[in-house]
Amino acid sequence: MSTTNHGEYYIPEPSKWPIVGTIALTTTVIGAVNTIHAGGEINLLLPVGLLLIAYLLFGWFGAVVDESMAGKYNEQVDRSFRIGMLWFIFSEVMFFAAFFGVLFYVRVFIMDWLAGGSNNAMTHELLWPGFEAVWPLLTNPDNAAVAGPDKAMGPTGLPAINTAILLLSSVTVTIAHHALRQDHRKPLIIWLAATVALGMIFLFFQVEEYVYAYRELGLTLDSGIYGSTFFMLTGFHGMHVTIGTTMLLVMLVRAIKGHFTSDNHFAFEAVAWYWHFVDVVWLGLFIFVYWL
Amino acid sequence: MSAVIEETHEHHDHKPTGIGRWLFSTNHKDIGTMYLWFSFIMFFVGGSMALVIRAELFQPGLQLIEPEFFNQMTTLHGLIMVFGVIMPAFVGLANWMVPMMIGAPDMALPRMNNWSFWLLPGAFGLLIASLVMSLMGMGSAPNFGWTFYAPLSTTYGPSSTDFFIFSVHLMGISSIMGAINIIATIMNMRAPGMTYMKMPIFVWTWFITAYLLIAVMPVLAGVVTMMLMDRHFGTSFFNAAGGGDPVLFQHVFWFFGHPEVYIMILPSFGIISQIVPTFARKKIFGYSSMVYATASIAFLSFIVWAHHMFTTGMPVAGELFFMYATMLIAIPTGVKVFNWVSTMWKGSMTFETPMLFAIAFIFLFTIGGFTGLMLCIAPADFQYHDTYFVVAHFHYVLVTGAAFGIMAGVYYWIPKWTGNMYDEKLGKLHFWLTAISSNVLFFPMHFVGLAGMPRRIPDYSLQFAEFNAMATVGAFVFGFSQLIFLYNVLKTQRGGVKATSKVWEGAEGLEWTLPSPAPFHSFTTPPTVK
Amino acid sequence: MRAATRVAGILGLMLISGLSHAAYQLNMTPGVTSFSQGAYDIHMMVMWICVVIGIVVFGAMIYSIVKHRKAKGAVAADFHENTTIEVVWTIIPFLILIAMAIPATRVLLAMEDTSNSEMSIKVTGYQWKWHYDYLGEDVSFFSNMSTPMEQIEGMEQKGENYLLEVDNKMVIPVNKKVRLLFTSNDVIHAWWVPEFGVKKDSIPGYINESWIEVPEPGIYRGKCAELCGQYHGFMPVVVEAKSEEDYVAWLDSQRAMAAEAAASAEKTWTQADLMNQGEKVYKTACAACHQANGEGLPNVFPGLKGSAVALGDIAKHIDIIINGVSGTSMQAFGAQLNDADIAAVVTYERNAWGNDTGDVVQPADVKAAR
Ligand code: HEA
Ligand code: HEA
Ligand code: HEC
Ligand code: CUA
Ligand SMILES: [Cu+2]
Repeated sequence: MSTTNHGEYYIPEPSKWPIVGTIALTTTVIGAVNTIHAGGEINLLLPVGLLLIAYLLFGWFGAVVDESMAGKYNEQVDRSFRIGMLWFIFSEVMFFAAFFGVLFYVRVFIMDWLAGGSNNAMTHELLWPGFEAVWPLLTNPDNAAVAGPDKAMGPTGLPAINTAILLLSSVTVTIAHHALRQDHRKPLIIWLAATVALGMIFLFFQVEEYVYAYRELGLTLDSGIYGSTFFMLTGFHGMHVTIGTTMLLVMLVRAIKGHFTSDNHFAFEAVAWYWHFVDVVWLGLFIFVYWL
Repeated sequence: MSAVIEETHEHHDHKPTGIGRWLFSTNHKDIGTMYLWFSFIMFFVGGSMALVIRAELFQPGLQLIEPEFFNQMTTLHGLIMVFGVIMPAFVGLANWMVPMMIGAPDMALPRMNNWSFWLLPGAFGLLIASLVMSLMGMGSAPNFGWTFYAPLSTTYGPSSTDFFIFSVHLMGISSIMGAINIIATIMNMRAPGMTYMKMPIFVWTWFITAYLLIAVMPVLAGVVTMMLMDRHFGTSFFNAAGGGDPVLFQHVFWFFGHPEVYIMILPSFGIISQIVPTFARKKIFGYSSMVYATASIAFLSFIVWAHHMFTTGMPVAGELFFMYATMLIAIPTGVKVFNWVSTMWKGSMTFETPMLFAIAFIFLFTIGGFTGLMLCIAPADFQYHDTYFVVAHFHYVLVTGAAFGIMAGVYYWIPKWTGNMYDEKLGKLHFWLTAISSNVLFFPMHFVGLAGMPRRIPDYSLQFAEFNAMATVGAFVFGFSQLIFLYNVLKTQRGGVKATSKVWEGAEGLEWTLPSPAPFHSFTTPPTVK
Repeated sequence: MRAATRVAGILGLMLISGLSHAAYQLNMTPGVTSFSQGAYDIHMMVMWICVVIGIVVFGAMIYSIVKHRKAKGAVAADFHENTTIEVVWTIIPFLILIAMAIPATRVLLAMEDTSNSEMSIKVTGYQWKWHYDYLGEDVSFFSNMSTPMEQIEGMEQKGENYLLEVDNKMVIPVNKKVRLLFTSNDVIHAWWVPEFGVKKDSIPGYINESWIEVPEPGIYRGKCAELCGQYHGFMPVVVEAKSEEDYVAWLDSQRAMAAEAAASAEKTWTQADLMNQGEKVYKTACAACHQANGEGLPNVFPGLKGSAVALGDIAKHIDIIINGVSGTSMQAFGAQLNDADIAAVVTYERNAWGNDTGDVVQPADVKAAR
C-alpha cells in the first residue's frame, strides 16, 4: 500500500460502523423513552445502547486513527475532514442559537406581554393581574402551580471563576497547538494535560453550582421559565464541555503515544476548534444568563 | 495522473456483493439508490395514508375511521411525506448526481454518507411502530399534525410523542450529516477547472439547500428537546403559568419550518434547470441570475417564518414585517420562472417524459406560488389560514412542485443509472394521468378552502360535499397512477433499450461523458473542465 | 378499460346524486363586517393580479411550446443572457408587490384597532366547546355542538346546519363595536366566523383581541380553526346578532335562567330527576370522551361503565369531576357545571349502563365537596 497519496482520490472500504451507529442510536433512544415512561426505572435497552455507542466511538475513531497513521489519507481527505468539522460546529452553533433565541424571546417579549405590554393589556388584567416583569423571574405568573426560585444565580463566585477557567483553557490549548506545530512534544503534553485538567475543574464547579442552585436557591428545572432557560443552556453547555474534555483526553493519550506530527494533526485541531466553540458559547451564557 | 486508491486493489471496478454491499456501503451510487428506494416506499406508505384521509372525506359524516385515527393519519401523512419522501429523494439524487456532475469519484465522506442513510429506517421505524401500536389498540400514534403545536403535543400529547421526539432527533442527525457531506463534496471534490460559477445549477441548488439544512435542522432538534423537557422534566417553555408561551413553540418551529419548505423545493428548481435546457437544446438563460436568485430565496427564507402565525395575535408591527418580507420572495422566484420560460423561448423543443414533467412543474408550481403570495397578505390570511386553501397551496408546491421535480429527475437520469432507456409510452401515460388527476385532486381544495372548510377535520358540513368527492376521485386516480411509475422504474432496472452515454441529444455536462450505466466509481481520474 | 369507464360512471353518479343538499360556493365570502369586506377586496385584487401575471407567463410558455418545437423544424437560438431584461423582471414584480402592500397595510391596521369598543366578551376555548363571558354583565355560558351523533354516523338524515349548530348561541347587539377577548383553557383553538372575517387563536395563558361590528341581525356560523385534538372538527361557533332591545331582553333571560339554576341547586332532588338531568349533562359535557355508552375509548379515555371510580368512593368520584385530573384532558368541571348538574351527572354515572349502585348524590353533597 502506498504511503503518500497526494493528488490521488481516496475512498474508504466498506465499513460496518454506520450500521453499528444506527443500531446504537436507535437502541439508546428506545431505551431512553422506555425509561422515561417507567418513571425513571432504567430500561435495559438504555445501557445497552450507550455501550454500543461507546463501542462505536472507539471502533470508528480507532479505525480512522489507524488509517491516518498508516498514511492513507491525502490532503484532499484532510480538507474534507476540516470542512466537515467546521460545518458540524456550525450546526452546533445553531442548536445553541435556538436556546438563546428562546431566552431573548422570553426576556424581551414574554415578560413584557405577561405584564400587559404591547397588545396584551388584557392578558395582564384578566389572567395575571399580580404579575410583575422582573428578570430573573422569581415569582411566576401562576406561582401556586409553578413555584418560582427563591433567589437568582448571580454572576459572581462560581460562574466568574468558571469563566476564568474556560478562558484560560482556551489559552493553554492554543499554547499546546503551537508546541505541536513546532514538534515540541513535551510542552504539547504538558499544556494539553493542563487543558484537560481545567475542563475537569470547570465541570466540577458546575456540579457544585447546580447543587448550590437546588439546595440553597431553590432554583430548579421546574421553577418556571428562569429555571428552564438556565438549566437548558448551562446544561447543554456542560454536556458539550464533557464531550470536549473527553476528546481532549483522547488527544492527550494520542499525543503521548506520539501520533501527531507538525504537519499532520487534524484530529487535534478539530478538538481545539471544538473547545474554542464551547468557550465562546460560555461567554454568551455568562453575559446573558448570569450577568445581564 | 491520479487514481482511485482502494483497499481492495485487485479489480478496478470491484463491487462488494451480497447484503453487505448495501449495509456497509461507501459508494455514492449504492447509497443514492437506497435513499431513492426508501423514499419511494415511503411515498406509498404516506400516500396510502392520504388515501385513507381522502376516503373518509369522500362524503360528509364519519364513515370509515374515528376522528382520533383521522388525526393520526393526517399527522403521519405530513411527516412521512416531508421527512420520509421529499427530503430523502433529494438526498438520493444528490448522492447519485453531484459527484458525477462535478467530476468526482464519490462523496467526500463516504462512511458518514452511509450512516446518514441508515439512520432513516431507524427513525421511521420508531414513528411507524407507534402507528402499528395504535392499530393494535395500544395507545395512540402522534395525532397533533406535522406541525405538532404545543400544548397539544406536550401536556396533551399521547405517550408515543416521546418516540416521535427521538425519531425527529434521528432524522435531524441524518439530514445534518447528509448536508455536511454534500457541502464537503462540492467544496472539495470538484474536478480541476470546475469553478463555482461553472457548476451545474442542480449542484448549486443543493449546495445552498445543504446550508439551509445545517442551519435549521439543529433548531428543530432544539424545539423537540424543549418539548421533551416540558413533557417530563417540569420545564415551562410553552406554559404561561411558569412564564413561558405556547406561541414561542411556533416561532421556533417555523424558524425551522419555513426554510424547510425551501429545502423541499430548491433541489427541484435545480432539476428543472437541468432538464429544460436539455430538451430545449439551448443553454439555460441567465445562469448567474439563477444562482443569485436561489441564494436570495435561501436568505429570505430565514426572515419570513411568522407568516404561518398571523392569527396568533402578534403585535401588528410583526405582522407587517413578516408580510412584507414574505412578499419579497416572489421576486427571486419570479426570476427563476422567467428564466425557464426564456430558456424555452426560441429553443428546439422535444417533449419526452422528463420535459413533460418539467413543463407541468413550471405551470403548477407557479400556481402554488401565486396562492402562496395570496396567503402572505396578512388581512386575507385571516380568512385563508388553516383552511383547505392552505392545503391546496402546499400540495401545489409540494406535489406538483417538489414531487414532479423528483419524477422528472428520475426519468431524466434513470438511463444513466441503469444503462437502459425507460419505456417512453408508459412514462407519458404516467405523466398524463398524474398531471390531470393531481389537478382534479388539488384544484377543488381552493374552492372549499375559500368557502370556509377548515383543514384537519374528519367531517365537514354539507356545502363542501361536491368538491370533496371530486378531490377523492382525483386522489385515487393519482395514487394508482403511481403504480405505473413503480412498474416503469422496475422494468427499466431490469432491461430495455441500451442507453448511450449521452442519452439525450441536447444534454450537456460531465455526467453525460460517463458511460451508461455509470461505472461504480464515477470519475477515477479527474476530468478537466474547460 | 371498460371496467374503468364503469367505475368512473358510478363515481360520477354518486357525485350528482344524493350529495347535493347544499349549494356550493367557489369564492371567499364578502361577509358582513368591514373586516371581511376588506379581506375580500384584497383577496380579489391579489387574485386578479396573479391571474394576469399567470396569463402573461403561461401565454409566453405556451406560445413557445407550440412554435418552438423541434418537430416543427425550430432551430435553437443561442442567446442565454441579458442583464437588462433580468433587471426589468426584477423591478416590475417589485412595483406590483408595493401596489399590493399598500392596501393590505391599510386593511390590516384597521382590523387590529380594538380601541373605542362598547362592550367586551371573553371567549374561552375548551376541548371541544366555547365559553362566552359577557364582561360586566354577569352572564356566561358554554356553547356545545348540538348536531346529534346519529347524524354524524349516518343513522339519520343530516340537517341543514350539520356540524354548524350549537345549544347556546353567542348573542350580540347589532351596530355596536364588540371587543372579543380570546383565551383558552387547554390547547390552542381558533375562533372563526368567515362572515366576520375574524379568525383569532385562543391561547392558554394569553389573551388575544379582536372586534366585530355587525350591521344586520342574523345568524352567523363558523368553526374552530386550529387543530385541538380529537373533536376539533366538532367545535362550531354560532353567533346571533340581535337588535339592541332583543339583546337586552336576552341578557335578562340569561340572568333569570342562572338564578333558577342556582335555586335548583338548593333543593333536594328525586333520583329520577337526577337521572334525567344527569343524562342531559352527560351527553353534552362528557360523552365526547367517555362515549354515550360509558365505555370510553381504549387507552385514550377510560370507560366509566364498571369503572372503579364510578362504583367506588363517592367523594373521590365527585372530586375528579370538580377538579379534573391535571395533565390529562379530564378537565376540572367544577367551574363549568353547577352543583345540581354535577350531582346529577354523578348520580347518572353511578346508575347508568349497569352501574347499579343505587347511590343518589344531592347538590348539597357537591357543595360540601367544593
Ligand atoms: C415546497 C414548499 C413550499 C413553497 C415553495 C412555498 C412557497 C411559498 N409559500 Fe408556502 N407553504 C408550504 C410550502 C411551500 N410554500 C407549506 C407546507 C405550508 C403549510 C404548512 C402547514 O401549516 O402545515 C405553507 C404555508 C404557507 C403560508 C401560511 C398559510 C397559513 O397557514 O395561513 C404562507 C403565508 O404567507 C405561505 C406563503 C408562501 C409564499 C409567499 C411562497 C413563495 O415562495 C412563492 C413564490 C412564487 C411565486 C409568487 C410564483 C412565481 C413568481 C412569478 C411568476 C413572479 C411574479 C409574481 C408576482 C409579483 C405576483 N405558505
Ligand atoms: C411532499 C409532501 C406531500 C405529498 C406528496 C402529499 C400527497 C398527498 N396529500 Fe398531503 N399533506 C402534506 C404533504 C404532502 N401530501 C402535508 C405536509 C400535509 C399537512 C399535514 C398536517 O396537517 O399536519 C398534508 C395534508 C393533506 C391533507 C389534509 C389533511 C387534513 O387537513 O386533515 C390531504 C387531504 O386531502 C392530503 C391529501 C394528499 C393526497 C391525496 C396526496 C397524493 O398525492 C398521494 C398520492 C397517493 C399515493 C402515491 C399512494 C399510492 C398508493 C397506492 C396506489 C396503494 C397501493 C399501496 C401499496 C403498494 C402499499 N394531504
Ligand atoms: C376532553 C375529554 C374528557 C371529557 C369531556 C370528560 N372526561 Fe372524564 N376523563 C377524561 C380522561 C382522559 C380521564 C382519565 C384521567 C386519568 O388519566 O386519570 C377521565 C377520567 C374520568 C373519571 C375517572 C375514571 C377512572 O376510571 O379513572 C371520571 C369519573 C370522569 N372522567 C368523569 C367525567 C365526567 C362526569 C365528565 C363530564 C362532566 C367527563 N369525565 C368529561 C377525559 C374527559
Ligand atoms: Cu378547538 Cu379546534
Ligand atoms: Cu412558510
